[in-house]
Amino acid sequence: MALFVPAVKTNAEALIDRGWEQFPHDADVGLRGWGPSIEVAFEEAALALTDVVSDAEIAVEARIEVACEAPDVELLLVEWLNAIIYEMAVRSMLFGQFEVKISGTQLQGVLWGEPIDQVKHAPACEPKGATYTALRVAQGSDGLWSAGCVIDV
Amino acid sequence: MDPARFTRIDETTWQIEPTGAMRVPGVIYADEDLIRAMDDKVYEQTANVATLPGIVKAAYVMPDAHWGYGFPIGGVAAFDAAEGGVISAGGVGFDVSCGVRTMLTGLTISDIKQVQTSLADSLYRQIPAGLGSKGSISLDPLEMDAMLRRGARWAIERGWGEAHDLNRIEEGGQMAGAQPDHVSERAKERQRREMGTLGSGNHYLEIQAIAEIFDKEAAEGFGLKQNEVVVTIHCGSRGLGHQIGTEFLREMVTAAAEAGIALPDRELACAPIKSEVGQRYLGAMRAAINCALANREIIGHYARKVFAHFFPNTDLTLLFDVSHNTCKVEKHKTNGASRELFVHRKGATRAFGPGHPDLPEALRKTGQPVLIGGSMGTGSYVLAGAATSEKKAFASACHGAGRAMSRHAALRKWSGRQIVDDLADRGILIRSPSARGVAEEAPGAYKDVGAVVLAAEHAGLARRVARLTPLICIKG
Repeated sequence: MALFVPAVKTNAEALIDRGWEQFPHDADVGLRGWGPSIEVAFEEAALALTDVVSDAEIAVEARIEVACEAPDVELLLVEWLNAIIYEMAVRSMLFGQFEVKISGTQLQGVLWGEPIDQVKHAPACEPKGATYTALRVAQGSDGLWSAGCVIDV
Repeated sequence: MDPARFTRIDETTWQIEPTGAMRVPGVIYADEDLIRAMDDKVYEQTANVATLPGIVKAAYVMPDAHWGYGFPIGGVAAFDAAEGGVISAGGVGFDVSCGVRTMLTGLTISDIKQVQTSLADSLYRQIPAGLGSKGSISLDPLEMDAMLRRGARWAIERGWGEAHDLNRIEEGGQMAGAQPDHVSERAKERQRREMGTLGSGNHYLEIQAIAEIFDKEAAEGFGLKQNEVVVTIHCGSRGLGHQIGTEFLREMVTAAAEAGIALPDRELACAPIKSEVGQRYLGAMRAAINCALANREIIGHYARKVFAHFFPNTDLTLLFDVSHNTCKVEKHKTNGASRELFVHRKGATRAFGPGHPDLPEALRKTGQPVLIGGSMGTGSYVLAGAATSEKKAFASACHGAGRAMSRHAALRKWSGRQIVDDLADRGILIRSPSARGVAEEAPGAYKDVGAVVLAAEHAGLARRVARLTPLICIKG
């Protein structure tokens, strides 16, 4: 499903070949990461997810590993984002750095972050889950991969 | 949306004629201005819902509708299991049984004004709000299952609530058919420390003044008196519901394909009601309903404790507790015959009219209280289910103001600090862990709740009883 949506928020340090943006949805938030590989696009999408919650700098104090799988790369993006949402919720943490390795239908991910501090992070909202709305993982004509969907908050 | 795309049946009824794979029409209840302001996606999503197998009569949409995921927010769709009908995790939503409860205090606005700042600070301290806040309750596996089976009844048995609340909660406070065994360990883990927490986003606890009465008799029946004050809580099934929604959404994408159901949008993922996945989801979803009922009962208890400190001789009496993200089995009349249907309401409130047998005796004359959460600046409404709601939309009405603007657009337009200060100047105290969260939920980001409820009244879904304006808002 092709969906044209204007980006309204982009990470300030976005490099030419990797970065993320958020796009509007009536009640929720759309996000998209991009990069030279699917893995980088997924890592950038994860950074956009953290920014949905907090603008603050996230210290990379603790390392968490996650693994997920799905029959195709689009469903794998949803699984990846949901794995982060789950760790955020049960560990009460925010993550500021990510590493993704994809092999076939399997994803191995590493999250680095710190416990949520309501004063420091002032969390704006809580992601409930990644949705299949505006879900798209694709390689553009410029060779860059893009990965995004709407997050229910 | 362009009104010309619809067949206009009357002032507030807009029909999408069935085309392509649509099995039934789509029907949106709204006035012309609300229709014009709605995103085209609402049209598309309504038409998509109308393609699902076993859908009965029409895909209905309430006046507060906005672009959702799969189903529009504000959608009502009923399915007949005997006709291959489906159940959809996306049609219920991630926050299963998210809802609103309102409690009467019998206190006046001036009673609150005398302690307003201390009361706001105490409520904010006592009621965990926002991501990263944890409740003082931690559930072991046995208690978790007991809570998932018994809902608000469980909370009351543990001392977090009052027994007379039960007949003022849908399903008597306990959703039958809950199957904790069908709730994953991950979902339970996500909930272990979350009981009694408000959550974030558009969830809140508000102290509200009864600013205007529209229907004197119904207001009397509900115990609502002008210039008195109520406590309203908006929240849902927290992490447990979110995880159940996430897991079954994925499973139903596969289940739909296996059942040969062509999905115009993967977010509409569903399974036949008469399937193993469908039945498992029903058991898990009902457990999540109990989680939400227990959670609101506990938060209500915390509010009672804070009020008891400031006003020792005051009881907080529950007016009603409604859920607006559910699928319920209900009997409805279609073509003169009564049928058992699986009614999905996603961002829509059940609105039983006067005389409905499932209403408690005290509410049978007026109809069910329909609690409409507005925004923190403009206020909220109490409606009563209309007699015609049954015929119009399987006894349903709207659930809130509905967003008019995305969170991003709101952030660009307002600063949280400024909103808190402006509202304080108007006598409304906001307490929230996040200024950005306040900006995202700015009153101006919502539709005109007055226009929404007026449209619901004109459409014969529910009639206005009272308008409430906030005095204190604890925002997650």
